[in-house]
Amino acid sequence: MPILRPCCLVHQVLVGLSTALWVSHAALADDDRRLQLTQLLPRYQQECAACHVAYPPGMLPSGSWRHLLNSLPHHYGTDASLDAATVKQLAGWLTENAGTYKPVRELPPEDRITRTGWFIRKHDEIPSSVWLRPAVKSAANCAACHTRANQGDFNEHYVRIPR
Amino acid sequence: MMPTPRYIAFLRPIAVAMGLLSTTPSLVAQAATPTELQSGYTAKAGAPAVAARGQQIFTANHGREWSCASCHGAVPTQSGKHAVTGKPIGALAPAFNPERFTDAAKVEKWFRRNCNDVVGRECTAGEKADVLSWLLTLKP
Repeated sequence: MPILRPCCLVHQVLVGLSTALWVSHAALADDDRRLQLTQLLPRYQQECAACHVAYPPGMLPSGSWRHLLNSLPHHYGTDASLDAATVKQLAGWLTENAGTYKPVRELPPEDRITRTGWFIRKHDEIPSSVWLRPAVKSAANCAACHTRANQGDFNEHYVRIPR
Repeated sequence: MMPTPRYIAFLRPIAVAMGLLSTTPSLVAQAATPTELQSGYTAKAGAPAVAARGQQIFTANHGREWSCASCHGAVPTQSGKHAVTGKPIGALAPAFNPERFTDAAKVEKWFRRNCNDVVGRECTAGEKADVLSWLLTLKP
């Protein structure tokens, strides 16, 4: 096989680099897919997507989901309270499907998805002025730019940033 | 002893499930019409609803950051928008959105949450009756 033939250093470095790039690209795509693949519990869609997009459970660690469900009457400045039975059901499903792999492990400040390390890294090309545009309003408004957020698809190919 | 007849063995789990379902009313939507719900609130309030008062309640600022209109619009006959997240909210007036005020539990849940946010307390039955009676006056 030509690739394995001992050859000039440049060639070997190039092969090594492109393999490394291919592997890391595949890993990143894998992260995206893991964030998006969980089928949403209908109850979650019904109870937790009236005011904002149904955030995929993989975007937060289970500790954050627990905090959130224990403080629904004070949910980022609003009353989002639910009956105990529903809270229990949602807590079970969310913690079961919470993010566990490296990018999502630490609890972000205020349990905000937009303050997780991975979110900040993923959006580090976005100037802060974009978040303030009236059509966007806030970084929590995924659907403003992620045109398929409501279907749980955050693939960058479907991003369109409004003016 | 005679073995259980096949058809009973088949029906038993279904009967058990039906029995269980009937004891969990909170999980089953309590279907209603907007008029029925309004009558219920009026009866509880012990006084007739006043639509003009309902509009006042809906659009006034009650000393806090938001009014009902902040998300639903001052005349909620079209889609509103959440004041923080920007998420579209379906029209609230029943004549413009047939799903509205057809599930008692859902109505109570949203009155509880939103009155807490807007007024800082639960709305009284009279206030709910007023608001609903005003919403019912909004026709195409």
